[in-house]
Amino acid sequence: MKDQEIRGLIADVKEGTLSRRSFIQKMAAVGIAAPIASQILVWNDVAMANATLEYKPTKAGGGGPLKILLWQAPTLLNPHFASGTKDQIASRIFYEPLAGWDKEGNLIPCLAAEVPTKANGGLSADGLSVTWKLKPGVKWHDGKPFTADDVVFTWEYAKEPATAAYTTGSYTNIKVEKVDDLTVKVIFQQPTPFWADPFVGTVGQILPKHRFGDYVGAKSREAPDNLKPIGTGPYKFVDFKPGDVLTGERNPDYHIKNQPAFDTLEVKGGGDAVSAARAVLQTGEYDYAWNLQVEDEVLKRMETGGRGKVSTVPSGDIEFIILNPTDPWTEVDGERSSVKTKHPTLSDPKVREAINLLIDRDSVQKFIYGRGGIATASFVNEPKQFKSTKLKYEFNIDKANKILDEAGWKKGSDGIREKDGKKLKYVFQTSINAPRQKTQAIIKQACQRAGIDLELKSVTASVFFSSDVANPDTYTKLYVDMEMYTTTQPQPDPERFLNQFVSWEIANKENKWLGRNVSRYSDPAADEAYKAAQKELDPAKRAALLIKVNEIFCEANIILPLLSRTRVAAAANNVMHDHSGWDVDTWNIAAWYRS
Amino acid sequence: MATYLIRRLLIAIPSLLGISLILFTVLALAPGDPFSEMATNPNVPPEVREAIRASFGLNDPIFVRYLRWLSAMAQGDWGFSFASRINVDQLILQRLPTTLFVVGSSQILALCVALPVGIYAATRPYSVFDQIANTLAFIGFSLPTFFTGLLFILLFSVTLDWFPFVYRSDIAATGWRWYWEMFRQAIMPITVLGLFQAASYTRYVRSSVLDVIRLDYVTTARAKGLSERKVTLRHITRNALIPVVTLVALQMPAVFGGALVTEQIFRVPGIGSLLIDAILANDTPVIMAVTFVFACLVVLFNLIADVLYGWLDPRISFS
Repeated sequence: MKDQEIRGLIADVKEGTLSRRSFIQKMAAVGIAAPIASQILVWNDVAMANATLEYKPTKAGGGGPLKILLWQAPTLLNPHFASGTKDQIASRIFYEPLAGWDKEGNLIPCLAAEVPTKANGGLSADGLSVTWKLKPGVKWHDGKPFTADDVVFTWEYAKEPATAAYTTGSYTNIKVEKVDDLTVKVIFQQPTPFWADPFVGTVGQILPKHRFGDYVGAKSREAPDNLKPIGTGPYKFVDFKPGDVLTGERNPDYHIKNQPAFDTLEVKGGGDAVSAARAVLQTGEYDYAWNLQVEDEVLKRMETGGRGKVSTVPSGDIEFIILNPTDPWTEVDGERSSVKTKHPTLSDPKVREAINLLIDRDSVQKFIYGRGGIATASFVNEPKQFKSTKLKYEFNIDKANKILDEAGWKKGSDGIREKDGKKLKYVFQTSINAPRQKTQAIIKQACQRAGIDLELKSVTASVFFSSDVANPDTYTKLYVDMEMYTTTQPQPDPERFLNQFVSWEIANKENKWLGRNVSRYSDPAADEAYKAAQKELDPAKRAALLIKVNEIFCEANIILPLLSRTRVAAAANNVMHDHSGWDVDTWNIAAWYRS
Repeated sequence: MATYLIRRLLIAIPSLLGISLILFTVLALAPGDPFSEMATNPNVPPEVREAIRASFGLNDPIFVRYLRWLSAMAQGDWGFSFASRINVDQLILQRLPTTLFVVGSSQILALCVALPVGIYAATRPYSVFDQIANTLAFIGFSLPTFFTGLLFILLFSVTLDWFPFVYRSDIAATGWRWYWEMFRQAIMPITVLGLFQAASYTRYVRSSVLDVIRLDYVTTARAKGLSERKVTLRHITRNALIPVVTLVALQMPAVFGGALVTEQIFRVPGIGSLLIDAILANDTPVIMAVTFVFACLVVLFNLIADVLYGWLDPRISFS
């Protein structure tokens, strides 16, 4: 979609001839994710939409206990130390950010009085600053008032390297100023189109200055509140046993009227995903279970019990395959898959094109992932305005055979194609995870029919996803011809996510394979478009630039997207919950209730 | 006796040092990284990841890390968990009561089943009762606990809906209700563990009773006209149980160490599940502490078993 057309649609929304919802759907159809679509509207001064759960109870409390089961147990309750989703989910019950993301990617104010827009003066025209108005009358659980000082303090706390906060990346390059007690100004070093990162969502939870003031820097570990949080959230802390159970009680002074509905809250951790689903869907011991990476068939069988149901929301996570354009079997300057080398066969674009035709994405979705993923040819799928409409996928073995024939790859006596003595034989690696091994098998079968031989390799997830410099099997080393995994897009803006397609992020020995560009492929056009997008303040133009980066890699068949993953959760039939693919499951827990 | 004890304790020191060195080296060489989740998160810049690794001392050579750990341990500082950033001793103490309760009760259950069955079976060898007991014992220790555990869950939780299969350490009720809830949730893990243990105990009890029952003094006791009941309890069982006592003493470390698999299946928050979580998260300080404490307990209870043996059997002397 050209930015001219997007502009036309925005005008329609403004005049009221097109609803917000259909605008977002239209954008989705052309591959622009919902959060981006709604940001486009905000930029053009159309009020923010809201896809949150409608709250029906007329008084706070009285809902009894709410029991949540996380099959990975939370181990700490400081959101800025939260290494995994489990800890973020648990911290979010007590701490809140200025705003969170709903399932359509709309920014929903939480501790902010309103979402900053150009109209209300929150966003500067040059993109260099954002002014947040804070909600008045919010109190910490110990009765102290919440003010701009706490927001400024959170920035000081997280940006300090010695604090060792995992969220530090969002706070190092900004400055935060207190304007008055209920106003803070975030100042960026350069024009920043995606301003909704610091103080927003998972990285943005505000810490109380009066509790953490003495624990900035190296002393951060000693703060008693790391395990006994005093926040602003809908539930107050009661007890926490790391790795086991967390309990809370209703906060009677919560800043939203009539919320929350439950009297007590329990978050139990441990076990595995299948039995967590069983405890909600079959035995009804728990009300809600999260991140059910379980085969859809198993979930469907459990749902027949009628005690609970499974719900899914779109997210930015993408399961994809990398075809290695460098040579993984030759060592140059102490590393394999060096950008100085060229893959003997995969550097031929025709071979890559053929492999892309041999992936039966529809079957993978239908038989393996079910509701857990949507087949796609685009690396970025959500928010919809960032999805490429141009990219299409196809499963066609005949066409793949034809392409390979024309490119001169002839079948040998063993049925494997070769040219100049080089055979189409590849090692295809992924992490150990039942759906991934099944997907590998489906692809291997199809490749066999086109004269390509795949050797399947699977590595324990704890090794595959580690940053162990000494281990050759980590995913960033890419010491294989093909590899498959899921990468997560944490915000509803793909800019930071797409840094895996830029030349300066290529993983190599020098950066200890910590670079984000695992494929090693680079294209000056992609670099240029990415850099332009970083500065472009017009959301439509910016979306177009980021889509271009995505298309360059997918059209080169270096990145073969498979499925846009959804977040799967299970809840008891009468529990009204609100989870989002752009924020943690408990982002709006204040509004959950029992019908 | 005193010199024997001192000698044994002195021997224990180098063996514990050796154990800790091996544990530490194996953990350091094993693949994996406590910060792997950060690696896939684009929000965490590589520099931050490196800084955190450095601040936790993960980039130092193994030898330096081992010496640092050892000297801290000697001063009573067990280090802190990378995952929860709290002290390891605190974490372990939080888990200990649950493990002692669940695994301890299962040991008691195992003895309550194994002693009467084993003794009765041995006094009537090759009878129908003995055959059945033997068969059940074989089945009992051939079936792994993860299998019987799942079977119990499917039967008693999913199908019959009698017991919950998620163990909660924070039951909200008080008074009798608390005991009732505790009993309901603990019965499945205790039974699974207890029956497994009972199966092997039964075999031991039976064979050691069989050894004793043929001895001359038993015949003498019978010839004196003592009742069969008195002969079995007083003369046979007391002597037959000496090896069993040793066996039970050697099982004691497991009571503290928890049951890895069963705790995981029933989500019992004990030492076993702490260890598994720590291993999966590559949380080295926790793994080291738990395994090292376990090693100490094994050494200690071995010593206790030996001392106990001498006390029960006057023929053995330590001089």
